[in-house]
Amino acid sequence: MSSNGSIIKLDHVHKVYDTGKIKVEALRGVDLDVRQGEFLTLVGPSGSGKSTLMNILGCLDSPTEGTYYFRGEQVQGLSLNRLAEIRNRRVGFVFQNFNLLPFSTALENVELPMVFGGVPTRERRKRGEEVLERVGLGDRMDHKPTELSGGQMQRVAIARALVNHPDLILADEPTGNLDTASGQEIVNLFEELWKAGHTIMIITHDPNLPMRTERTLHMRDGSLHNGNGEGQ
Amino acid sequence: MGLLTFLRYFWNDFRKQKKRATLTVAAIVWGTMSILLLLAFGEGLKRQLDRNQRGLGENIMIVWGGQTSMPYEGLPRGRRIRFMEEDVDVIQKSIPQIENIGAEYSRWGVDVVRGSKVLSEHVCGEYPTYEQMRAHYPMQGGRYINWTDMEEKRRVIFLGYEMKQKLFGDEDATGQTVHVSGIPFTVIGVGQDKQQMGMYGGPDVSKGSMPATTFKSLFGHKYLSNLVIQPRSTNLNEVVERRLNEVLGARLKFHPDDEQALSIWDTIEGRKAMQNMMLGMQIFMGIIGAMTLLIAGVGVANIMYVVIKERTKEIGIKMALGGKPRIVQWQFLLEAMIICFSGGVIGIFISQLICDLMSLIPREEGSSMTWLGNPTISLPIGMITIAILAIIAVIAGYFPSRRAAMLNPAETLRYE
Repeated sequence: MSSNGSIIKLDHVHKVYDTGKIKVEALRGVDLDVRQGEFLTLVGPSGSGKSTLMNILGCLDSPTEGTYYFRGEQVQGLSLNRLAEIRNRRVGFVFQNFNLLPFSTALENVELPMVFGGVPTRERRKRGEEVLERVGLGDRMDHKPTELSGGQMQRVAIARALVNHPDLILADEPTGNLDTASGQEIVNLFEELWKAGHTIMIITHDPNLPMRTERTLHMRDGSLHNGNGEGQ
Repeated sequence: MGLLTFLRYFWNDFRKQKKRATLTVAAIVWGTMSILLLLAFGEGLKRQLDRNQRGLGENIMIVWGGQTSMPYEGLPRGRRIRFMEEDVDVIQKSIPQIENIGAEYSRWGVDVVRGSKVLSEHVCGEYPTYEQMRAHYPMQGGRYINWTDMEEKRRVIFLGYEMKQKLFGDEDATGQTVHVSGIPFTVIGVGQDKQQMGMYGGPDVSKGSMPATTFKSLFGHKYLSNLVIQPRSTNLNEVVERRLNEVLGARLKFHPDDEQALSIWDTIEGRKAMQNMMLGMQIFMGIIGAMTLLIAGVGVANIMYVVIKERTKEIGIKMALGGKPRIVQWQFLLEAMIICFSGGVIGIFISQLICDLMSLIPREEGSSMTWLGNPTISLPIGMITIAILAIIAVIAGYFPSRRAAMLNPAETLRYE
C-alpha cells in the first residue's frame, strides 16, 4: 500500500520562533518525503521540534525558511483562506487531548469539518453517522464528550479527522491521555485505517509505542534522523 | 456552524458568566434608555411648545401702530400711527403676498352679565379671519363670527373657554344670552380650551369676541388696536414687512424706513428660531445619549476580548478543522451584536413603558408637567436610536472578532 504519488515534500525547512529577545530555532533544515499510503511514526523527546513539524505539515504554521510542497502545491505564501481549505479537505488532525467541542454531541463534532467545507446538511448527517459507525460509536452519536470515555473521545476525534476523506492524517500523541488498553485499541484502529489506504503519521515521544509502522523517523534538536534513508 | 449550534455556544457562554453577561446587557439597556428618553423628552417638549405656540396662531405677524421717529413730508417725529378698518382693505389689496388679514378692537373692564353673575372683562371686536389665523376654534355645537355677522353688525358673542366657565359653569352656553354693557348678545360659540405661549392683551380663553363692526358701533372706537397678517408662505414674512411699511407709510404719512412707526411681532421668525433651538437641543441630547451608549459599547468590546481569550482553544480547534478566519470573525461579531440587540430591545421596551407611564400622570393647569408635555418616541427617534445602536454593536464586535480571526492556529491549539 505504498509508493504512489508524493504527498509531502519538505526541503530544508527551518522554523525560528522570534520572541523579540531571543530566537529559538525549532527546526533546523528538515528534509522529508512522504508518499501516499505510508504509515509513519515520528519519535522524539519533548522539545525536539515534533509538534512544530506537525504544525507545519498540517498547514497550521508556515516555515521560516525552506520549501514545503503539499501534493505539489507550495504551501508557504498561501493565503489564510487557502491554508484553511487545505486543513479542511486534505488534512485530518488527531490530538493528544482530543480537542472536541465540549458542548456539542459526537455527531456534531464530526459534522464540523463538513460545515466548514460547505457540505449540505443531509449529506453531513449521513456521512457523520457512517464514519462514527466505522470507528465503532454507532450507539454514542448523541453523547456529549463529557459522557464519553477517553478512548471513545479519541474515536470521535478520529472519525472527525476522517470525515472529509483527507490525504493525510496527523496524530499527535493520540494515545498519550489513554490507558494501555484504550491506547492499544486506538493503535489498532489506525492500523485498520492504514490498511484501508489512508496515509497516517503518528507523532509520539514514546519510542516503545508498539506501532507496526512502515517507517520510523527520529527527531532530535530540530533535525530528522531517519530509519529508511530519508532526512539527514 | 449551524445557527442552533452557534446559539447553544453563545448561551453556554452566557450561562457560565451570568453576572458578567447580565451587566453587559444592562449597560446596553441603560445606554439605549438614555438616548431614547433624552430624545423622547426633547420631542415631547418640542411638541408641547409647538402646540402652545399654535395657541396664538400659526405663521402670523401682529402689527401695532407706533410713533414716528423720523420727520416725513414736513411732519414732525413723535406722531402716533393708528389704523382704521379702511386700512385693512387697502393692505389686502396692495400686498398680494398676504394670504389673510384681520384686525381687532379691544377694551378692558366691559360689563358682561348673565343673570346674577356680573363680570368685568376683556372684550374684543374681531374679524372673522381670526378663527383660522388666531386659532379661535369653536367647540362642538358652536361657531365663530362670520362675515354675515360683520355686515349686519349682529349682536353675537364668542366666549373664551374660561369666561364661559365663569358665566355658565359646565352648562352649555351656545344659544344663550349675555348682556354686554347692558345690551343683550347671543352666544354663538365657545372657544376650545387651549395652552397659549405667546399672547398680547391676555389669554384668548378669558376674553369675549364680537364682530368688529358691532364693537365699533357699540363702543364708538375709531382706531383698531392691532392688525394680524398671515403671509402666503413662511418665507415671505420679510417681504410683507417691508411692503407694510411702504403701503402704510404712504397712506398714514411716515417714512418707509422708520422703524418705530410700526411695531411688528413676527411669530414666523420666532417660530423658526424656536424650531432651530429645539433641533439644537435635541441634537445635544442625542449626542449625550449616544455617548452613554458608546460607553456601553466599549463594555461589550471589553467583554468580547475576555470571551475570546477564554475560548481561544475553541477557536484553535475550529481553525485546525478548516474554519476560515471569516467564519471565526462572524461568530464573535454575531455574539457582540446579539448582546447589543437584546440590550437594545429591552431598553426600547422600558423606555416606551416609561413614556406611557408619564402620560398617565395627571397634569394641573400651568404646572411644570404641562410644559414638559408627553415624552414621545417618534419613528425618527426610534430609527436614529436603532441606527446608533447598530453602529456601536458592529464596532464593539468588529475589533475583538478581528483579533480572534487573526490568531495563529498553531498557537491557539497550544493555549490552555
